[in-house]
Amino acid sequence: MVNILKKFKPEKKELIHILHSVQEAQGYISPEAISEISKYLNTSEGEVYGVLTFYNAFTLEPKGKHTITVCMGTACHVRGAASVLDEFSRRLNILPGRTTEDKYFTLETVNCVGACALGPIAITDGHYHGHVSTRDVKKIIDDVSKEEGKKKKE
Amino acid sequence: MKKVDPEKLEKLRAQITASREKEKTCITICGGTGCHAYGCEEIAEIFKNEIKKQKLGDKIDIRVTGCHGFCERGPIVVIQPEGIFYQRVRKEDIQEIISKTAVGKEVIPRLLYKDPQKGVRIEKEREVPFYKKQKRIIFGRNGFIDPTDIKDYIALDGYKAVSKALFEMRPEEIISEVKKSGLRGRGGGGFPTGKKWEICREKDSSVKYIVCNADEGDPGAYMDRSLLEGNPHSIIEGMIIGAYAIGAGKGYIYVRLEYPLAVKNVTLAIEKAREYGFLGESILGSDFDFDISVFKGAGAFVSGEETSLMASIEGRRAFPRQRPPYPADKGLWGKPTNINNVETWANVPLIVEKGAQWYSRIGTETSKGTKIFSLVGKINNTGLVEVPMGMTLREIIYDIGGGIKNGKKFKAVQTGGPSGGCLPADMLDQPIDFDTLTRAGSIMGSGGMIVMDEDNCMVDVARYFLKFTQEESCGKCVPCRIGTKEMVEILTRITEGKGEIGDIKKLKDLAETVKNASLCGLGQTAPNPVLTTLRYFMDEYIEHIEEKKCSALSCKELIVYFIEPEKCVGCLLCKKNCPVNAISGERKQVHVIDQDICIKCGACLDVCPPKVSAISKYTGKDKEKILEQHNRKKTKK
Repeated sequence: MVNILKKFKPEKKELIHILHSVQEAQGYISPEAISEISKYLNTSEGEVYGVLTFYNAFTLEPKGKHTITVCMGTACHVRGAASVLDEFSRRLNILPGRTTEDKYFTLETVNCVGACALGPIAITDGHYHGHVSTRDVKKIIDDVSKEEGKKKKE
Repeated sequence: MKKVDPEKLEKLRAQITASREKEKTCITICGGTGCHAYGCEEIAEIFKNEIKKQKLGDKIDIRVTGCHGFCERGPIVVIQPEGIFYQRVRKEDIQEIISKTAVGKEVIPRLLYKDPQKGVRIEKEREVPFYKKQKRIIFGRNGFIDPTDIKDYIALDGYKAVSKALFEMRPEEIISEVKKSGLRGRGGGGFPTGKKWEICREKDSSVKYIVCNADEGDPGAYMDRSLLEGNPHSIIEGMIIGAYAIGAGKGYIYVRLEYPLAVKNVTLAIEKAREYGFLGESILGSDFDFDISVFKGAGAFVSGEETSLMASIEGRRAFPRQRPPYPADKGLWGKPTNINNVETWANVPLIVEKGAQWYSRIGTETSKGTKIFSLVGKINNTGLVEVPMGMTLREIIYDIGGGIKNGKKFKAVQTGGPSGGCLPADMLDQPIDFDTLTRAGSIMGSGGMIVMDEDNCMVDVARYFLKFTQEESCGKCVPCRIGTKEMVEILTRITEGKGEIGDIKKLKDLAETVKNASLCGLGQTAPNPVLTTLRYFMDEYIEHIEEKKCSALSCKELIVYFIEPEKCVGCLLCKKNCPVNAISGERKQVHVIDQDICIKCGACLDVCPPKVSAISKYTGKDKEKILEQHNRKKTKK
C-alpha cells in the first residue's frame, strides 16, 4: 500500500487515480486500503467509500480467478445478448456481478465495448468471443478451464 | 533536441516525405478494436516476421493503422499504394498476400469484397460501396496512420494548423473562423463551438482549462474511441488550437475506462507531442504554453455529462450540478473551463488549415461538416461511417450499410443512444442533421445508429434503454432516480404480459415529469426512447397490453417455442442442444417441447437445420392454444 500511495501527491484530486492503482494491484479495495487512503489524503473513510462505490471500476470484494464479461450494449441487445447472459448466469449458477462460491468465475456485464460488429460479445479474461449464441456458452466456459489446464502443463 | 519551430517542422515534413518512396509497397493492417477482436494482432505479427525472414524489408513496409471503419469485414488488410482491399483475412492467407500481391502485384480474388447485390468482386478500397458514398474528412486518415508513430501524422500535414494558428492568427481570428465554419458540438447537444469558445475566452481569469470529453458512454457508439485510438494527434492538435484561442494553459482528456487501447495510444501521443515541442512550454518556439493530461474514467455513464465529468476530474463522485453557472463561468476548481467532444476537437485543425469557407460548404444550412455514425445492429455492413450532414437515413442504411441482415424487413433506427429515440420506416427519407432529428423526437447524440428489424420489439427496446438510464442514474435528483425506476417497472410488466389499460397514460405522465424536472441531461433525455416508441409504435404497446401479444416474437414471457409435427424429421439435434432437457422424442420420431421445463433460450431454433425449420415461435392466442393442447396431453398422461 505504502508503495502505491507514494506515487501520488497527498491531494484529494488524486483519489480516483489511487483507487485505480489499488484495484489493479490488489484486485479489490479492502477495508484496510480505505483506511490507509483516507489517512494519506487527510479525508474521512466515508469520503473514500462514497467515491469508490459510485464507480463501477472499483469493487469491495475480490474477484474470481477468471472473469467472464457479457456486453449489454444496444447492438448486442438487439442481437440477443440478454439470452446469452441468462445462459451464462444459469450455467455458472450466479447472478451477473457475482462470483462463484469456489472463487473461480466472476460474471460481469459491460454497457458497450465498442466492437458492435461482432455482437453479441462475451469476453473471457480479455479474450473476445464474437457472434455468441446461447449454445456457445457451455464451450466458452469449458474452454477457460481447459486453457488453464494447458498452461499448467506447460 | 527534437523540438521544432514552424520552419523546422516543414523541413522535418519534407524529410519524412522524401525518405518514403511514394511507390513503395505498404501492407496496412487495421488495428481497431473490432479487428483486434478478430485477431489482427497475431496477423500483423506474422506479416512482420515473414517480411523479416524473407528479407523484403527494403521493398515492403508494414503498418498497423487505426480503424478503417468496415468492422463487419475484419481483419482488414489494404495494400498501398494501389489500395487493394482484402477483407476477412486469415493467418493462412498471409504467405499468398506477400508473394502474390505485395511482391507480384497480382490480386487474389478470393480475398476481395464481393458486392452482394451485383455479385462482382471489388478491388480497391475506395470503390467498395460501403466507402463510396462516404465523405471521410476526419476519419479517412486513420487508415494511413500508425497511431504510435507521430511521423505518420506529420507526413499527412499534421500540426500544420497549429503552426498557422500560433504564428499567423490572433486568438479572436481563430474563434471567428470556427464560428463562421458553423461547427456544432458533436457530443450530442449541438451547441455552436465557436460561440462556446468565445464565451470562455471573454471570462477574466488567469487560469483556464479545456477538456476533451472522451467518456463515450452511449452503447452502440464507438467513433470517439476509434478516433482516439487511430489518430490521437488530430485531437491533440485541435486542443492546442482551442487552448490558444481561449487562453487556457492546461487540458484534460477524460477517457472511458473500457477503452484501454485509446488510453494507451493517446498517452503515448501526448509524450511524443511533448518531445517535438507541440506541447509544453513555448510551443513551436512561440510564447504560448499548454499541456495535456489523460484522466482515466472509472465506469459511470453520468460522467459524460459536463458538470459530472468535472466533479470526477476533481476526484469526487460524478454528481452533476445545476447549470448556470456554466463551466465557462465556474468549471474545474471554479475556473473557466471549455469542454468539447473528441470528434469536435478533431474537426478544428481542418477548419483552421482549410478555412471556414471550405468547411461550411459541406453539410446543411444549420449543420455543417460531416458526422461519423456507428452503423450497427441488424445491418449488413456494420461499421463506422462518415457522411456529410444532410444525408438521408435511407442512403446511410441501404446504400452504405447494404440494407437489413438476412433479407428481413426494416422496422426502426435508434439514434442518439439512451437519450435518443426510435424512428420508423416513414422517416427513412429524412435528411439527417441536428435539427431534423430533434424535430422527430430523437437527437443526434454522439452518433450511434442502431438498426432494428421486424424481430425487434419496440416495447422491449424502450425497456432496455430505460433500464440502462435507471441503472446509471446517479440518484441525486428525485425525478430521475424514482421516475426512471417507475417507468422501468411499468415497461417490464408490459413486456411480461402483465400490463394494464392505464399504463400508457402513466408512462406518458411520468415521461413528461422526468423530462421537465430532472437536474441534468441524463434525466432530461431519459424518457426519449419511451416517448418516441409511444409516438411511432403505439400499436405494439396496445397489443402487448390488450392481447398479451408480441408480434416481434421477442418478449420471452409472451411466446412459446413449438416443434411443428409435420415438419420435424426427428434428427435429435434440438434435443441434444437443449440446455434443460425439455425436449423428448426418439430418432426419426417427432420431438416435443415440454412447455413446463422450457426456459425459452432459443437454442433449439438456432440448431434446427434451415431446410427443416420445424421450430416456430407463437404469441397471443396461438400461444394460448399450444399451451392448452400441451396441458391436455399432460393431464391425459
